[in-house]
Amino acid sequence: MIEAIFMITAIVCLISALLTVTAHNAVHALLYLVTMMIAIALIFFLFGSPFAAALQIIVYAGAVMVLFVFVTMMLHQGEKSNLDEKALFSLKNAKGPLLLATILIAELLMISVQPLEMNSSLVPLSAISNEAEQDSAQRDNTSQPNSVKSLAIQLYGPYRLLVIIAAMLLLSALIAAIHIARKTPKHVDVDLSPEETQLANKQQKANS
Amino acid sequence: MIETLWVIILSFSLFAIGIFGLISRRNLLFILLSLEIMLNGIILLFVAASNLHGNNDGQIMYLLVLTLAASEVAVGLALVIQIYRQQQNLDVDTLTKLRG
Amino acid sequence: MTILLGLIPLLPLFSACLLIFWQPKLLLTQIIAVGSISLSALLALILNVQLWDQAQFVLQVSLGQWLSIDNLSLGFTLYLDPLSLIMVTIITCVGALIHLYSASYMKDDPDVCRFFAYLNLFVSAMLFLVLADNLILLYLGWEGVGLCSYLLIGFWYREQKNSQAANKAFIITRIGDTAMLIGIILLFYQFDTLNIQQIQLQSQQLLQMDELPTTEIISLCCLLLFAGAAGKSAQVPLQSWLPDAMAGPTPVSALIHAATMVTAGIYLVARNMDLFQLAPDVLHFIAIIGVVTLILGATSALAQSDLKRILAYSTISQLGYMFLALGVGSASAAVFHLMTHAFFKALLFLSAGALIYCMHHEQNIFKMGGLRKSQPLLAFSFGIGCAALASLPMTSGFFSKELILEQTLLAHQPLLWWGGVIGAFFTALYSAKLFFIVFFGKLNQPSTHNTPTAMVIVLMILMLLSLVGGVQPQGLFTHFSAPADSASPGHTLSLFQHWLPILLPIFTVTLAWFMFIKGYFTPTTPSEGSSVSLKQKLHQFLLSGWDFDRLYRLIFIKPFKLVTEYNRRDIIDLAYRQLETFSSLLYRQLNRFQTGQLRHYSASLVIFCVLAIAWGLIQ
Repeated sequence: MIEAIFMITAIVCLISALLTVTAHNAVHALLYLVTMMIAIALIFFLFGSPFAAALQIIVYAGAVMVLFVFVTMMLHQGEKSNLDEKALFSLKNAKGPLLLATILIAELLMISVQPLEMNSSLVPLSAISNEAEQDSAQRDNTSQPNSVKSLAIQLYGPYRLLVIIAAMLLLSALIAAIHIARKTPKHVDVDLSPEETQLANKQQKANS
Repeated sequence: MIETLWVIILSFSLFAIGIFGLISRRNLLFILLSLEIMLNGIILLFVAASNLHGNNDGQIMYLLVLTLAASEVAVGLALVIQIYRQQQNLDVDTLTKLRG
Repeated sequence: MTILLGLIPLLPLFSACLLIFWQPKLLLTQIIAVGSISLSALLALILNVQLWDQAQFVLQVSLGQWLSIDNLSLGFTLYLDPLSLIMVTIITCVGALIHLYSASYMKDDPDVCRFFAYLNLFVSAMLFLVLADNLILLYLGWEGVGLCSYLLIGFWYREQKNSQAANKAFIITRIGDTAMLIGIILLFYQFDTLNIQQIQLQSQQLLQMDELPTTEIISLCCLLLFAGAAGKSAQVPLQSWLPDAMAGPTPVSALIHAATMVTAGIYLVARNMDLFQLAPDVLHFIAIIGVVTLILGATSALAQSDLKRILAYSTISQLGYMFLALGVGSASAAVFHLMTHAFFKALLFLSAGALIYCMHHEQNIFKMGGLRKSQPLLAFSFGIGCAALASLPMTSGFFSKELILEQTLLAHQPLLWWGGVIGAFFTALYSAKLFFIVFFGKLNQPSTHNTPTAMVIVLMILMLLSLVGGVQPQGLFTHFSAPADSASPGHTLSLFQHWLPILLPIFTVTLAWFMFIKGYFTPTTPSEGSSVSLKQKLHQFLLSGWDFDRLYRLIFIKPFKLVTEYNRRDIIDLAYRQLETFSSLLYRQLNRFQTGQLRHYSASLVIFCVLAIAWGLIQ
């Protein structure tokens, strides 16, 4: 049952990813991307990582995508943009990248399949929890490895530095984005200042 | 039960699709979307590995990648806006001022 | 007393610095420049008086430490003994007189301050040279005088000829200086010290031991030191710069290129006489060089028509005499001749300067003539100078030159003696010719200027010195007594040998009188006559100073030019140029990848990943 659901979700994910990449309309592409994100969130659920799935939906499908949508709203000019995009990209001209991507998949699979053990299948959390408990009884005080609580304990325990780094990364990205998107006095043709502030606010919201 | 092989195939396929988009698209917005796809492929692998090994490290990396993606999108979209302001389209092939 | 000694070289140095940095007005410049040197001269005279009755004395004063590395310790230590006292006296006295003379000679020149700064710096460097207690300090002074000589020859640098003459002098002396530096380093390697006195002491000890363990290397050292001396003192292979150096102002020619700087070589050899005693072959070589130089100088002087060039060649010739004396081991005779020569050559040059000044910068002697009526004082001073140069009896030059010839004979060198005698003959001939042509005969061009008073005073003093300078300083002779005594065990001169040098100048001057005044000889100038007779060829040969310039052009400049011609595109650079073409090729090829397109970069990144993974899989 789970396997079947995974297969269907994976196929949806792949197809929507392909459509994202090949779409000519930016809004369509965004919608396909959201579909893909949600499919991946579903796969996370199937793995037994509800926290990751929730974050995937909130941050990716929610905040990041909203950013994209805003920008697309600002820049999209309807049919003209679609025609322009058709001139810029067509599958006929993209044979080289296609070949390259195919070879890359083949190679990646070859190197990663070889060392894979026979009985390595991903199981839901409940199935492995017994073994994991025995494994890490003396190692850590986290009784349930994949629970949100243990994640939080680890995040604010041994991975403190990572949190700080992430915070600094976000802060610097915030500053950089505000600085770059600021309207320079030379280009006064498009007035974007309310959008800009909105953008910055959204970023902040997304990051926090 | 989900075979690890399938997860890996899915993850790499997403990554390769992202690369395909990265190389073939000329619109900067689509390039950013392709990057998101690539990141999602990697995230998938991280979370799967976290599950496979039964510890939280993969998920913590997922959090880091998430923040990274958010920052990247913020900066990238700011660049998109600025480039659009300057040349009224988003064709990256025309951005060759730094040619050596 | 030691303070006085320290002040002697420091006063001119201080004055030079003052003149360079302050640039005072004309009168003040003259006072500072002349005053500092006069004070030095006064101090030197005081020292002379105080040390007059002492046969052997040594004064040492340290002005500070220069450098100290391992066992090598060099200081600005001054060392005064009879030899350096004589040199100091000559330098300061002649220097002071010439400064006084220059004050009036150069007063119309706009750059008078620069001139006196150089001149003071020169005197200071020269004093450091002769007072140096170690060879490196000596070398410092040596280079200092070389630099000042260069600056002063090219003093009127706006004329290209002068700059070229300055460059020539600098480069040629530089050849000798380099050899000398190598010699000094070798000496340090050999003796483990650079202190001159210690080297002399060790040399004496080595001399007393019968076997000489390292004769070759000491000979080499001596030869290298002599090369430096020859460069500075214009001896045969390196003499050709001195006649051209007359491009400088006449007081400079008098001070640097006649009285003091060119005698630095003599001083160097005399100072290191004990060392040179270890290498008799080198001493013999020095004597031969001296004889060749003195004949060359004397014969070349005979053919010149430029007043100052005659004196320059005469200087070369007289320096040859000094080296002859050094070569036969009689340093005292050499230094004695140095002293007398300094007086009478300074007199001659200053008289010549006054003469040129009076004749509106006319230097060709054939355009002068009959000047004894209009310039009686100059005629008198010139006459005394020429007489001393020709070593007529009872002048100072007579005593010193006789002494040299006598010492040559005592050293059993009859061939060199004959060389010296022939040189004396030519010397007397050209000095008589010079005097007769300039001051007798027809009055070609009347002189208008009168000699300034300062010049007159200086000339008077120098005349006196040239006449009575033949008093032999006792300290000097006791200082060098040992080698002179050992060289002459019971050898006496024959009547002929004794009287020939005395009578020869008189005879020659009489001959010259008949030749130049009575018209038995008409001067030929190189331009007249189209047929190249042997006589004219000889004249041309002598005029150009035995064609050394042409020789050098043939054996040094032409091959060098040839090599540079071949090497126009530097051979060594070829390898680097290959490197450059290779890298630019690489640049052009790699530049193709640098399209500036983002997609190409990411594509190449991916291609690299694909290839790298493929390579990993194949392995």
